[in-house]
Amino acid sequence: MSVETPSRTAPPPRAGARRRRRVSGGTALGLGSAVLYLSLIVLIPLALVVVRSTDEGLGYFWKAVTTPDAWAALTLTIGASAVVALVNLVLGTLIAWVLVRDRFPGKAIVDTLIDLPFALPTIVAGLVLLALYGPESPLGVNLAYSRAGVGLALLFVTLPFVVRTVQPVLIELDKDMEQAAASLGASPFQTFRRIILPNLVPAMLSGTALAFTRAISEFGSTVLISGNLPFRTQVAAVNIFSQIEGDNTTGAAAISTVLLVVALVALLALDLLQRWGSRRG
Amino acid sequence: MAESGTIDTSTVDTSTVDTSTGTTAQNGTRGVSRYVLRVIAVGYLFFLLVLPVALIVWRTFGDGLGPFVEALTSSSALHAFQVTLVVALWAVALNTVFGVGAALLLVRHDFPGKRLLGAFVDLPMAVSPVVVGLALILLYGRFSPVGGLLESWGLQIIFSTPGMVLATVFVALPLVVRSVVPVLEELGDEQEQAAHTLGASRFQTFLRITLPGIRSALAYGVVLCLARSLGEYGAVAVVSGRLVDQTQTLTLFVEERFQNFDQPAAFAAATALALLAVVTLLLTRLLRPKD
Repeated sequence: MSVETPSRTAPPPRAGARRRRRVSGGTALGLGSAVLYLSLIVLIPLALVVVRSTDEGLGYFWKAVTTPDAWAALTLTIGASAVVALVNLVLGTLIAWVLVRDRFPGKAIVDTLIDLPFALPTIVAGLVLLALYGPESPLGVNLAYSRAGVGLALLFVTLPFVVRTVQPVLIELDKDMEQAAASLGASPFQTFRRIILPNLVPAMLSGTALAFTRAISEFGSTVLISGNLPFRTQVAAVNIFSQIEGDNTTGAAAISTVLLVVALVALLALDLLQRWGSRRG
Repeated sequence: MAESGTIDTSTVDTSTVDTSTGTTAQNGTRGVSRYVLRVIAVGYLFFLLVLPVALIVWRTFGDGLGPFVEALTSSSALHAFQVTLVVALWAVALNTVFGVGAALLLVRHDFPGKRLLGAFVDLPMAVSPVVVGLALILLYGRFSPVGGLLESWGLQIIFSTPGMVLATVFVALPLVVRSVVPVLEELGDEQEQAAHTLGASRFQTFLRITLPGIRSALAYGVVLCLARSLGEYGAVAVVSGRLVDQTQTLTLFVEERFQNFDQPAAFAAATALALLAVVTLLLTRLLRPKD
């Protein structure tokens, strides 16, 4: 026993030292390959977009962004995405609530369905929406080539974000406080507003920020249902696409840069929210 | 299930506790509000997701299986299938190797700039598919220095398969990494260290210890990556040049057929992709890491 103890305690530091030595060589090689891969596929190409957007000076950049059709596309995209994000904030939380707190036959199927927009190709999403809510709608609802149609497509593709960020928090939520509030005479609404909601807010806002980021960059699902009418239903991604097709890469790069910046600001806000949430939690 | 969970019910379900203590009027409103919420949630999902997809499936198979098979076995459709498969397999292979490597790097190794690398891995999620296409054209297009050089070596990237693979790799990049990282973190490295002390090489340790540990998470990530790769539209639309029978993938085929008023073919291909999506959903359901 007494002989064994030192030999048992000895290996860890030795292993640790060996690991550290092994790490430095392996890390350098691995890090080099990873950075090279990311650079060739993601970082250098994206940097070139930003560089190209200011190729002909900031004046040209500003002009490209504020051409009437580009400006209309950008404002529509950001406005519609904000509305869609807010709808998701409310309905996504509601759906997460029903999935966690309610019980009904077929709930597991509904839960699985939430991820459908992630699995379904965006062009197919646009096509199925156009079939049901287009000119040949069996319901008699025609949203094709309208801003409502754009909103519908964005609602489809952003559905999972708020649900899937709120759901786990709701599952983890301690029910003792709710029961205490209820036994002290709080109404269900009061319990929700004072006890449940404050705990959910960070997750709700994270999901909303993700949905917003996704919505401003959406392309495939809006192509068919929006009809791409400049000034009316053309979203920013489609505007970029048509500029690329028209060989105006500088203009396309300028609008792309604006989209990138808006997305990064939203994600930065999300990061701050998550830190705020974890500090509270 | 309901019977075995009777003890649970009283602690888990606040409303049940309410029911026994509250007044009947309160019970009534509580029951109604619960019912209202359920109807809103299920109704919203029904009209947004279920009904549109079901309608396409119904339209596709409305006249039996014949037209569906016929539309998908035209030479253009078969070619689109083939292009989609080649691009997706390349993209999944590359992203799997990168994903496992990057996950190991992010979890098991220490180096300056680790947070930055993590942020770069997530970056593709914030980029519009069209911007992805534009970015790749700017670096690898014929009129850029790099693209011109590669083309002089006989390697065409844009408007050809390599460009489509790059675009697909870009959009699906974070999926494998983000599936594997949490599991690696949870596993810890004690077993790996033990194997190493016992004289296993780094490759042996990876093959015998690490890989079995992350197996299901890796499979989950690969399925997600494959689904994203098969279904990518925007980025591929930009870099492929959308040449029918050359660089046309299945998603591009859907759009092109629809714009050319060939609804049966568009619906058939869309249904095929939707069925793939449902298979993906079920697979991810099985593989999803349980916590």
